[in-house]
Amino acid sequence: MLEIRNLVVDIEDKRILNGLDLTVNTGEVAAIMGPNGSGKSTLSYVIAGKEDYTVVDGEILLDGESILELEPFERAAKGVFLAFQYPLEIPGVGTMTFLKAALNAQRKARGEAELTTPDLMRRVKAAATKLAIDPEMLKRPLNVGFSGGEKKRMEILQMALLEPSLCILDETDSGLDIDALKIVADGVNALRAPDRSSLVITHYQRLLDYIVPDTVHVMANGRVVRSGGKELAIELEANGYADYRQQAA
Amino acid sequence: MTAELSIIRTAAETELIERFSHVRPVLPGDGVVKRLRDEAFALFTASGLPHRRIEEWKYTDLRAFMRDAPPLALKPEGEAAARLLGQAPPLGDLATPQLTFANGHLVAAPSDLAGIEIVPLADALASGHPLTARMAGLEIARGNTALALNTAFMADGAIVHVRREAGAARLELRFVNGAAQSFATSPRLFIVVDDGAELDLVETHQGPDGLAYQVNSAVEIVAGAAARVSHVRVNDEGLGALAVSTLTVALGAGTDFKSFALTKGASVARHQIFLGCAGENATIALGGATMLRGRQHADTTLLLDHAVPHCTSRELFKTVVDDEAVGVFQGKIIVRPHAQKSDGRMMSAALLLSEGGTMNNKPELEIFADDVQCAHGATCGALDDDLLFYLMARGLPRPEAEALMVEAFLGEPLEFVVRDDVRDALAGLAATWLSERR
Repeated sequence: MLEIRNLVVDIEDKRILNGLDLTVNTGEVAAIMGPNGSGKSTLSYVIAGKEDYTVVDGEILLDGESILELEPFERAAKGVFLAFQYPLEIPGVGTMTFLKAALNAQRKARGEAELTTPDLMRRVKAAATKLAIDPEMLKRPLNVGFSGGEKKRMEILQMALLEPSLCILDETDSGLDIDALKIVADGVNALRAPDRSSLVITHYQRLLDYIVPDTVHVMANGRVVRSGGKELAIELEANGYADYRQQAA
Repeated sequence: MTAELSIIRTAAETELIERFSHVRPVLPGDGVVKRLRDEAFALFTASGLPHRRIEEWKYTDLRAFMRDAPPLALKPEGEAAARLLGQAPPLGDLATPQLTFANGHLVAAPSDLAGIEIVPLADALASGHPLTARMAGLEIARGNTALALNTAFMADGAIVHVRREAGAARLELRFVNGAAQSFATSPRLFIVVDDGAELDLVETHQGPDGLAYQVNSAVEIVAGAAARVSHVRVNDEGLGALAVSTLTVALGAGTDFKSFALTKGASVARHQIFLGCAGENATIALGGATMLRGRQHADTTLLLDHAVPHCTSRELFKTVVDDEAVGVFQGKIIVRPHAQKSDGRMMSAALLLSEGGTMNNKPELEIFADDVQCAHGATCGALDDDLLFYLMARGLPRPEAEALMVEAFLGEPLEFVVRDDVRDALAGLAATWLSERR
């Protein structure tokens, strides 16, 4: 379970999150919606542990434990996974090399045995097939020369392999055509589980047609200003964010 | 009023002059060789040790770095040589015929390689071997003081002549240094690869940490028409060493030449490459990976002479600088007036892992022909924080994330290494260097 209490975050003295409260129960898929600049991506980075941000106040609890003092890799080992809005290209690092390093680093941190290469290959191939990822892509350096859709699918592949307890999807729908969106959504839905929570960040309701959320939270000016069920997303699609911009200001 | 002009010499310069006058009579070689030595030494006496006011040595002030001139190393005999060689781990399991050098002296060489003639340099110089007449022949290297000092003092090494019937010949030059006292050595290799012949050459230099010794080595390669030569050099000298090395290469028409240098050793290292294209349609690939930490200083200086048309060259050098270390890359491509259709691309990239590290990058093009394609580039930067975050967010602790990125950075020039077993061994050296960082 993820609990965020009164989170206040600055970047270079500019306030981005301003007393944000949010609870995502175990097994729940929560959607975060909101206009540009409302702090959605910042929230995802702060949960994953990016250094550029200063947490001024508040608390982030994962299963009751604070993760604010933890390094990003420690948070990952505890089950936090951030699917990036813009997955990075890493020239010179082979995709398989990266997957093996990431999986084994997390297993090591949890005191589990490292995976053998054949075992890893089997897992990767099975996950890649489900996401319609061309095996040739796995031989290339990570994300280098991948299309936008391929990069997003690679993020979901990593998520499937790492089996996190908290999945954060930061605008995973951006840059995807409808077919790619369906593949990605199917990948995310396949990971729905009673012991796994998801935070789906998006501008548009469209993604939520495919990944149907349990709860929807609206962000404006650095805080959650309204929470509701999946019908809230439909209402937003119809009326836009104008009301919330005014409300927060 | 008249002013007396006198040259003020450093202690090292004075010692070198005294030493040369002492050893000159006993160094191997007759009149022709003696003349070669004298001419070379005259270059040194006229200019002294190169210093920072000489353009090519601006970033590596040899006069300041070389405080003294320790005595010349004697040849370790029998058991002493075996003990010395036993102290240095070989570079992987390369199963390649080896010429072994202890403190610059040839102590073992294969004698039964079909199509390959190997003559100890001292014997070759003393007996006036016909190939000695072709030594020190590369014009663009002639004014270089470090090479001149090697020529003046060369006492041991080898002449290697690879004939076409040798097939895909492989050789390893294994230099191991070590002694109780400081010493200096100037090994010299002269390697002739005949028309159409093929040579894969691995050159390793090792020594103990904590001993201040000086190596001024030189490898001259002359490749005939359509010859194929790949060369890998590893500087794993001890961290107290002053290691100056020169590679001169003269390429015939249609040759394929590759050279890669991995540098991680020595307190002060300077690797110089002088490459001249003497025949058209040569293909050249030069690469390097340098890893520095502590207060190490390493300089790669390259002069590539497109003297004839239709030659293609690619240069990619990468340097990783940690702590207070200093890296230097100077690369110059010259395209002579008639060398049309030359194609040269040179890149030097540096990765600074610390606040205190320094990289000096100086790529240059001198183009006198009008129908050429040449480019150069130089970069210098730190590890990308966003990439590091991406890797850490996937569970990699910072040191592992950094190591993965440094390995990826160095991996590109390592592709210049032709042999898989050699490339794996070099990647292993890089991985060890990175693991020592944690």
